[in-house]
Amino acid sequence: MKKKHWYDWLWIWTIIYFLLGFFNILFAWLGMIDFLLPLLLAVFGGNKWFCNHLCGRGQLFTVISAKIPGPHSRPAPRWLSSPWFRYGFLVFFLTMFGNIVFQTYLVYSGASTLREFVKLFWTFRVPWGWAYTSGAAPDWAAQFSFGFYSLMLTSTLIGLIVMLLYRPRTWCSFCPMGTMTQTICRLKHRGKEDAIIFH
Amino acid sequence: MASKFFAVADRKSCVSCGACFRECPRDAIRIDHGCYAVMDPALCIGCGKCRRICPADCIGMEERKA
Repeated sequence: MKKKHWYDWLWIWTIIYFLLGFFNILFAWLGMIDFLLPLLLAVFGGNKWFCNHLCGRGQLFTVISAKIPGPHSRPAPRWLSSPWFRYGFLVFFLTMFGNIVFQTYLVYSGASTLREFVKLFWTFRVPWGWAYTSGAAPDWAAQFSFGFYSLMLTSTLIGLIVMLLYRPRTWCSFCPMGTMTQTICRLKHRGKEDAIIFH
Repeated sequence: MASKFFAVADRKSCVSCGACFRECPRDAIRIDHGCYAVMDPALCIGCGKCRRICPADCIGMEERKA
C-alpha cells in the first residue's frame, strides 16, 4: 500500500470548487489557482509537479472510475493524444479563454451588460442567476466568474465523458494545461540529454 | 518479485501526466524534466499497472535480457 500524502486528497477540492459555484458564482475565481499554479511550476521549476501531484481533476477521474463499472482499461483512440489534436485543442481552449477575458473587458468598459448565465459546451445556457446577488462585486468580476465557471465545468464534463468511455485519466492526454506545461518544460530543458523530443 | 518483463514508456508519445507513477506499487517510475516517464528496470516488477492506466497508451513491456 502506497503512503498517502496530503495532496492525494485534492480531488475533494475539485468537488468543493463546483459546489461553491452553486452558492456564489464569484467562487469561480478560485479556479485561477488551477490555471496559474501549473504554469508557475513549469516556468520556474521546469516540471509538471502540478499534473503529477496536485491536479484534483485528474485524481477525481481516477477516484470515480474506481467506483463504477466501465471499460477502464480501454485505450482512447490515438488521435486524442496526437500532437495536432493536443495543440489544436490548446489553441481552441485559449481562444475560448481569450473570449472570456474580452467579455469581461466589455462589461468593465460599459460596452456590454452583465450576462448572468453559465454556458455548457459553449452552446447550452444554464440559468445560474440565482447563484449571484447583483451588486455583491463589480459586474466585470461577476462576468469573468460566469465565463470561467462555464469553462471549468465544461472541461470537467468532457473529462468525465472520456473517463466513462476509456481509461480514467484520458482527459490528461489532451488537457490544455498539460499540453502547455509540457511544452514549457520541453523548451526549458532544451539541449539537455534526451530532454526535448518534438514530434 | 520481478517478472520476465519490465515497463518502458515511449518518450515521444508520453504526455507526462504522472498517472503511471501514481499507480506504480514499487515507485519505479519518475517523470524526467516534466517531459516523459522513465521506468527503472531494476525496480519494476512488470505488473503492468502503469500500462493499463496510461491515458496516452504509450507504455509497453520489454523482456529482460538474461
